[in-house]
Amino acid sequence: MLTAITFLPMIGAALALAVRGSTRTTRLIALTTVLAELGLTISMYVIFSAEGDVYQFVQRAPWVSAFGIEFLMGVDGLSAPLVLLNGILGVAAVLVSWRVETRVREYFMWLLLLQGAVMGVFASLDLILFFIFWELELVPMFFLISIWGTGRRDYSAMKFLLFTFLGSAFMFAAILALYFSFPAGERTFDMTALIHKDLTNLIVPSSLVFSGFLVAFAVKLPIVPLHTWLPDAHTDAPTAVSVMLAGVLLKMGGYGLLRINAGMFPEELARAAPLLATLAVVNVLYGAFIVMRQTDLKRLVAYSSVSHMGFVVLGLASVGAGAAQLDGTGLNGAAMQLFTHGTITGLLFVVVGLVYDRAHTRHIADMGGLSGRMPLIAIGFMVAGLASLGLPTTSGFAAEIMVFLGTFPAYGLATALCAFGVVLAAGYILWTAQRTMFGPPLERWAHLEDATRVDVAAMGVLVVPIFLFGVYPALLTDVFDAGIAPIIASFAQGLGG
Amino acid sequence: MLPEAAAWLIIGLPLLAGVFNIAVLRPWRRSLWQYAGYVGIVGTGAAFVLSLIAVNGAMGSGDAGYEPHAWFAVGAIGAQDGFQMTVGIFLDPLSAIMAAVVSGVSMVVQVFSLGYMRKDEHDANGEWSDYPRYFTYMSLFTASMLGLVLAYNLIQLFVFWELVGLFSYLLIGFWFHRPAAAAAAKKAFIVTRIGDFGFMLGILYLFLNRGEFTALGLNPFEIPAILDAAPMLSAGVATWVALGLFAGAAGKSAQFPLHTWLPDAMEGPTPVSSLIHAATMVAAGVFLVARLFGLFEESATAMNTVAIIGGFTAVFAAAMGLASNDIKRVLAFSTVSQLGYMFLALGVGAPGVAMFHLFNHAFFKCLLFLGAGSVHHSVHTFDMRYMGGIRRWMPITYLTTLIGGLSLAGIFPLAGFWSKDEILATAWSGAHAANTGVSQLVFWLALAAAFMTAFYIFRLIIMSFHGEFRGGIDSVPHEERIPDEAHHQVHQHESSRVMTLPLIVLAVFAVGSGFVANSLFDLGPVPAHWFSHLLHEDAPKFNLAIAATSTVVAVAGIGLAVLVYGTRTVSFDGLGRLWRFAHRLLVQRFYMDALYEDLIVRRALYRGLFLVSDWFDRRIVDGVADLAGWLGRNSGRAIAQLQTGHIQVYGVGVSMGAAVILIFYLMQR
Repeated sequence: MLTAITFLPMIGAALALAVRGSTRTTRLIALTTVLAELGLTISMYVIFSAEGDVYQFVQRAPWVSAFGIEFLMGVDGLSAPLVLLNGILGVAAVLVSWRVETRVREYFMWLLLLQGAVMGVFASLDLILFFIFWELELVPMFFLISIWGTGRRDYSAMKFLLFTFLGSAFMFAAILALYFSFPAGERTFDMTALIHKDLTNLIVPSSLVFSGFLVAFAVKLPIVPLHTWLPDAHTDAPTAVSVMLAGVLLKMGGYGLLRINAGMFPEELARAAPLLATLAVVNVLYGAFIVMRQTDLKRLVAYSSVSHMGFVVLGLASVGAGAAQLDGTGLNGAAMQLFTHGTITGLLFVVVGLVYDRAHTRHIADMGGLSGRMPLIAIGFMVAGLASLGLPTTSGFAAEIMVFLGTFPAYGLATALCAFGVVLAAGYILWTAQRTMFGPPLERWAHLEDATRVDVAAMGVLVVPIFLFGVYPALLTDVFDAGIAPIIASFAQGLGG
Repeated sequence: MLPEAAAWLIIGLPLLAGVFNIAVLRPWRRSLWQYAGYVGIVGTGAAFVLSLIAVNGAMGSGDAGYEPHAWFAVGAIGAQDGFQMTVGIFLDPLSAIMAAVVSGVSMVVQVFSLGYMRKDEHDANGEWSDYPRYFTYMSLFTASMLGLVLAYNLIQLFVFWELVGLFSYLLIGFWFHRPAAAAAAKKAFIVTRIGDFGFMLGILYLFLNRGEFTALGLNPFEIPAILDAAPMLSAGVATWVALGLFAGAAGKSAQFPLHTWLPDAMEGPTPVSSLIHAATMVAAGVFLVARLFGLFEESATAMNTVAIIGGFTAVFAAAMGLASNDIKRVLAFSTVSQLGYMFLALGVGAPGVAMFHLFNHAFFKCLLFLGAGSVHHSVHTFDMRYMGGIRRWMPITYLTTLIGGLSLAGIFPLAGFWSKDEILATAWSGAHAANTGVSQLVFWLALAAAFMTAFYIFRLIIMSFHGEFRGGIDSVPHEERIPDEAHHQVHQHESSRVMTLPLIVLAVFAVGSGFVANSLFDLGPVPAHWFSHLLHEDAPKFNLAIAATSTVVAVAGIGLAVLVYGTRTVSFDGLGRLWRFAHRLLVQRFYMDALYEDLIVRRALYRGLFLVSDWFDRRIVDGVADLAGWLGRNSGRAIAQLQTGHIQVYGVGVSMGAAVILIFYLMQR
């Protein structure tokens, strides 16, 4: 099933490119693909049983036997929700691309390929396979930004590529070090096997291997000061790419941290916890400070992402509490934050894109009184904004409070400072709403149209999970708990014994 | 006793009404928009009836909590058993009476709104165009407030607490095309959120010490469990949790130093001010402390903080009310001041008395605001300098406002007299206070506030209703008018019956609610001290000396107002520079808004910290990255060089961050 989930978008991509029809045909191919994909991911998520095996839907086939590389796919409680997230965002991304008119077939080809590659990252359980998908995602991103982007798109695309590539170099070195640390017969890239091995005694200090992964994922998440590619990439990318970037690509970083740094190197992570707590504070507060000065709507949302990803880092730091104190609340909150931020910020970028399509500007000072002209888009903005500032009954609140509850015992001051980030979020979100949506209607925007049905669908597909998991978080937390239990268990072993 | 499902319906029916209005009526049935108000009124009214049944049921029995339900579990793995989050209804006399007040007042205000929110016939969008959205927000606000009141779990309470904040944001900013309204809504949300930051820290501190609860087999977030466990908690826990929660309460109830949002919030429609800034939302803070009083009681520090902040705010806000010319802002400062009274009562150990004042205040303050709305419908301004003589054509509005004013001033035998007197008597005796010195201090503060209250409310009544008419909107210079209202003209007539009827109903309560609900002796069906006994508290002894003193003080305040603004026999101008200085201080609200908004937000943060952060990010952090790229392109063709170029220069950025990190890391230790 996971193979199907991973390769369905790729087949769709090939079809979108191959079928020479009208623009409309291409769009419909893309839409059908992502809808089928969403159907598949939802079925997968529903079938997935939190009480069942750790890894489910496992598919295993030898691939490059000489090096023990396998085609190994499967999901656990950690990755299953993220696969679902990618399914949801794919639909939003295609719907929001409805107005793309240039090189339409190629565009949808790259967009679907992107979704497929990210699926591969979340579904792979073999390190090499994981790495290949990780790198594969760069290609569509590079072309999407540099061809369909705006502004300094070449610069931004190259910057994105170089940053990620640099991080990947560290990751690849770390993967190799892991592999060659074992005698010939026991070498493996199988993550499900590695998680049970003793990784404290490697050919290089395990802290180095840990750091290699950390840097790669820190670039992606991003963690300050490795974040400066993000605002540029977001600003110059087409709307759908911003949606995917914020929605799922950043999540790959957080997923990696949870899966590999937390899952395989509990001792190292516990040692790094004070550092992570500090970085979390920097991410949250520094990111929020910068948001306040932004004049471009997309840059503003991009920096708010930096700030919000700090909560993921903070959740990871909860492991600093020590094995006796440690429960899964902080890690679960971090995972939850990955999911919720994907839907919330995805929605924010959808709305910003809809505004840009109409007004042809993202400059906040030029806006004002838009809600009178486009009430539906204003509602979308308010839902996303309020979720982003952590309003209860939206999933943003559930994630944040779990992170805070989980990490407060370990790092009280850092958690308190990060919790103040929620106040700052209220500040920048509501101030932005005031400057763009409210105030007297401006003459120059009198011609703007409200959202079409397609636009409403693009927003709706993200609004539903925001409220669904906000009101009843157990739908997510139970699954995440199933994925985090083995990690906590390895902490208990590693730190207790 | 009420079945649990019916108790949920107290929240559910207004919720349903709101959802119906926004999801069915507004998008699909334009021809029925004028009935949106009735939908809201029926939903809230049904909740009111259920609340009355709940009060009746709660009278005889003890606590009538229902078993909570599982919501979601976290961390049920590893070494820990995990933690179960629950939801439920906590229906005891306190929450039942509060639910009845909230739904009852909300219903009356919505009836008034039927008249107030109807646009004039010249409006391009039709006279009913505001109805669906307005009554949706009103219903959902009411549902959130009822959810807060009935919450079983502290997190559940916090959820509704924030939703109350959301709907007050939407209601204050209801006329979002007015810049002042949009700004006021934002300010209200952010300032209360600063208080909520304290609330959140209180929650976190509670969770940190959950071991003390689990040892007793209790869930640390369940309110009854907190009350049960409070006497057994270790010393610091009660203090820190209580102080955190009080920060949230101070934000919601606009107590010093988080009071600045409430006067601005008057930008919302007047019935909104009446409902959420007099009777319900701002009372949530008082309710929170009363709800968790068992916890506050365990900490002398927390109790004294509540008493002193409350007492100080009572005087501080009343002072600002003395000098304002905007009728709604005077009432707003009055609300802040009266809420201070309630906190003062809580701080000296009398939650029942505080709730009694909340109960009475809800009626007379709601009445005063609706009276101001009624006046606005005639003269289309809130500026009292352009009013005067209105009593001639608005007799009902005048008389009811006068009753509200006398009740607020605490004149025997109106409602305000009884609860004010109980507060003063409790503070004077100090019998339940953590510190008798504090209790004595706040007594004198309360007495001073009583004098100011009587003065400002009669200043308001005289300036707006007595003397010669000064022209209303017709005299307001055009540049000072709100664009929406620029074309309005004065109509010298009484408001329609749908607006005067709520005034009359509330006036009846403003007269009788104090005497009847907590009578000194049996009154037929109502036994003596019914309200106090309902909340399982002994009423403070009636103290004739205190009652006489407070009456003299109040009458003196009224007398001074009459002399200055009525007969004009006394003038402050003789006081010269001192008077001008004091006046300016009051008009500028002690420069607190200037301090917060200009000095802190604009200068220190926006043009300071935020500017520097943004500059640092663009020039230094990103500059290093670009420099690395530039070096990479220009440092020769050797691949090896290119690679090292990246890493080394990147290392500069990393190490710069590391310096900051190191400092913080050391601080953590």
